[in-house]
Amino acid sequence: MTEIDKKQDRSPVPSVFEYSPAPESRDVVTLEDRYGLFIGGEFVEPRSGEFHPSVSPSSEEELAEVSYGGAEDVDAAVGAARTAFENGWSSWPAGERAKIIYRIARILQERAREFAVLESLDGGKPIRESRDVDLPLAAAHFFYYAGWADKLEYAFPNRTPRPLGVAAQIIPWNFPMLMLAWKVAPALAAGNTVVLKPAETTPLTALLFADVLRQAEVPPGVVNIVTGDGRAGSELVKHPDVDKVAFTGSTEVGKEIQRAVAGTTKKLTLELGGKAANVIFDDAPLDQAVEGIVNGIYFNQGHVCCAGSRLLVQESIYEQTIQKLKRRMSNLRVGDPLDKNTDIGAINSKAQLERIQELVRSGEEEGADVFQPECRLPEKGWWFAPTVFTSVAQSYRIAQEEIFGPVLSVLTFRTPDEAIEKANNTPYGLAAGVWTEKGSRILWMAQRLRAGVVWANTYNRFDPTSPFGGYKESGFGREGGLHGLEAYVRFE
Amino acid sequence: MAQAPALPHGFELPLLPRLPRIGSVDQVAIEERAATLAKRSIKRESKLFALELAVRMTDLTTLEGSDTPGKVAALASKAIRPDPVDPTIPSVAAVCVYPNLVPHALERVEGTGVKVASVATAFPSGQSPTDIKVEEARRVAELGAHEIDMVIDRGAFLSGNYAKVYDEVRQVKEAIGDSHLKVILETGELGTYDNVRRASLLAIAGGADFVKTSTGKINPAATLPVTLVMLEAVRDVFEETGKRIGVKPAGGIRRAKQAVQHLVAVNETLGPEWLTPDLFRFGASSLLNDLLLQIRKEKTGRYQSPDYFTLD
Repeated sequence: MTEIDKKQDRSPVPSVFEYSPAPESRDVVTLEDRYGLFIGGEFVEPRSGEFHPSVSPSSEEELAEVSYGGAEDVDAAVGAARTAFENGWSSWPAGERAKIIYRIARILQERAREFAVLESLDGGKPIRESRDVDLPLAAAHFFYYAGWADKLEYAFPNRTPRPLGVAAQIIPWNFPMLMLAWKVAPALAAGNTVVLKPAETTPLTALLFADVLRQAEVPPGVVNIVTGDGRAGSELVKHPDVDKVAFTGSTEVGKEIQRAVAGTTKKLTLELGGKAANVIFDDAPLDQAVEGIVNGIYFNQGHVCCAGSRLLVQESIYEQTIQKLKRRMSNLRVGDPLDKNTDIGAINSKAQLERIQELVRSGEEEGADVFQPECRLPEKGWWFAPTVFTSVAQSYRIAQEEIFGPVLSVLTFRTPDEAIEKANNTPYGLAAGVWTEKGSRILWMAQRLRAGVVWANTYNRFDPTSPFGGYKESGFGREGGLHGLEAYVRFE
Repeated sequence: MAQAPALPHGFELPLLPRLPRIGSVDQVAIEERAATLAKRSIKRESKLFALELAVRMTDLTTLEGSDTPGKVAALASKAIRPDPVDPTIPSVAAVCVYPNLVPHALERVEGTGVKVASVATAFPSGQSPTDIKVEEARRVAELGAHEIDMVIDRGAFLSGNYAKVYDEVRQVKEAIGDSHLKVILETGELGTYDNVRRASLLAIAGGADFVKTSTGKINPAATLPVTLVMLEAVRDVFEETGKRIGVKPAGGIRRAKQAVQHLVAVNETLGPEWLTPDLFRFGASSLLNDLLLQIRKEKTGRYQSPDYFTLD
């Protein structure tokens, strides 16, 4: 037992319960220095000749160089997708297609840690979320749609579903892998081929996914990945040989896309911005509602289109709720996304950080009270402390515009009618939350809220079987469930 | 506004100001929150801190029909010096025994700082007339027990007779004078988190110094969500009245890992102020050796055979 004595001095027991760093290892991820475009089953040099670094938002480290595809590259990718569509994929026995998609799902599960670490590195989200939410859900989407692949005629009884052709899919930077799964899985299940354009700031997991496609023996050209900025997206949307456009991103770009496809036969689904109301009634289980508020707005640094960014609290419990919320916020751990104890990671890009800062300034100028818990932000990288605005009027910009950051605006209401009025008083309509112990009130609210998703006594809960999508300027079309499958078929 | 449970005529919760809101607990959400807390990754120094603290918070317990003075003497020795080969390991908080064994335990722990806790009030069921239970508690206090662990009458609680539950807690508190009162809710028999919250507030209103989850005789005993509900109730009482109430999960915590998860829940619900044996305890017997095993592993970098740790 002398061993104990020897080591006694080495680790003095600290006097406070500070959590020591618990970083997830980066070693599981191997990155190339430079990535081409994934077209026809191969990585090819971009004809545009353009490369740009993909930067880790938590350290500003350049992780790898990725290609920025141009018009010629997009044309090549669409061509490869068209060839793959005509030469087999659409007429494969459905059971074989299902087999391949199941394979993708299983490989994603097997390589989940690798993907989760890369997602956190490239996008800045906490490993706890990429590990427990993004990757499991992405795999679940592939599993779910693999199940439909050979049952399409049962999915749409008495109608004859046929694939559309080449689907152009443009995905955002907030959930790179999950959005990829939401779009690619139903497209493949229905027999389409895909050209995917990942977001400018988070292309790396999609490029790693190319490796999964090869591993799963997906035929060349069935999924093509063209990285790049808005120019590549715009070329893709405009390409005459595209049959379907699916876009998730900002309302502004969504409107441009809608203009670009007007007058063509391209089918379109848009999943755009939101300014969701999270409504807390005075009979709600308060501590759990506070958890729901925190999860609603600070999940993924608030980079969530359905984030519960407007909190509507019944005035009679306003004080208690805010007190509890502030206390809870002081427990949020901001920092290294790869640390397993981190609750809030890095802001995805400098541009996004500047937009958040600008809107927060406008909130202060308009007269709202701002609260931020004390927290040390790392020096390198892009960070924003969790923020809550109280005394917010419906007319303030922070109550109207999508901030897409960890910033919550609190408003109050007196009656259920007023709650509905305020919740619906926005150009958006993606999601809403209701917190009450009264079942009848949940149903009453859900009927009246103009939002595609209404969560009751929970928030930000997703499932591949459940359709997701917006009202009004939050877009149209649904992803997930049978509704999501329908967006990728036509009927004869 | 949520309604307080219906109270018999003339009865009022005596908290001044009276708790205006009993509130409710959402099962799905509380379990989710507990699961998130359990995922905190506690490593190195912070782990050692938590393990050492957990030792100091342990109420080393034996509550068997077969308990003898010899068994209690052995338990008390273990409580005072849990690991004979590592003198830096602190003593546990208390030994917890049946009333008949209180004198033997007292004799052993005298002058060591380890407290003696005794169960009372027709433990574990609480199904006896009130005056007998109060008398039992008084006698146990007179025997010199520093801490009394009483059970609430779950029969009364579940039949809606909250007044009786409250009244018994109040009478026992009066009867035991300066002894510390822990009130066992037996959460495994209460059925819902809402009931756990109500019973916690009722016990606190009646004068409990601690609320304790279980007797250890019923499954499930202490679970992380149940402890979390009680911590939140205690926090609400503190925020409204400034009164600090302790929490004691008991039964079912056998692994150091579970203990660390509980401490994380305390840390993030009530804050570092509650991370003291005065305000948080573990009722356990087999937990202690796992804590010792893990502490030795942290210090030496190696796991050792359980044979190197004394049974009691």
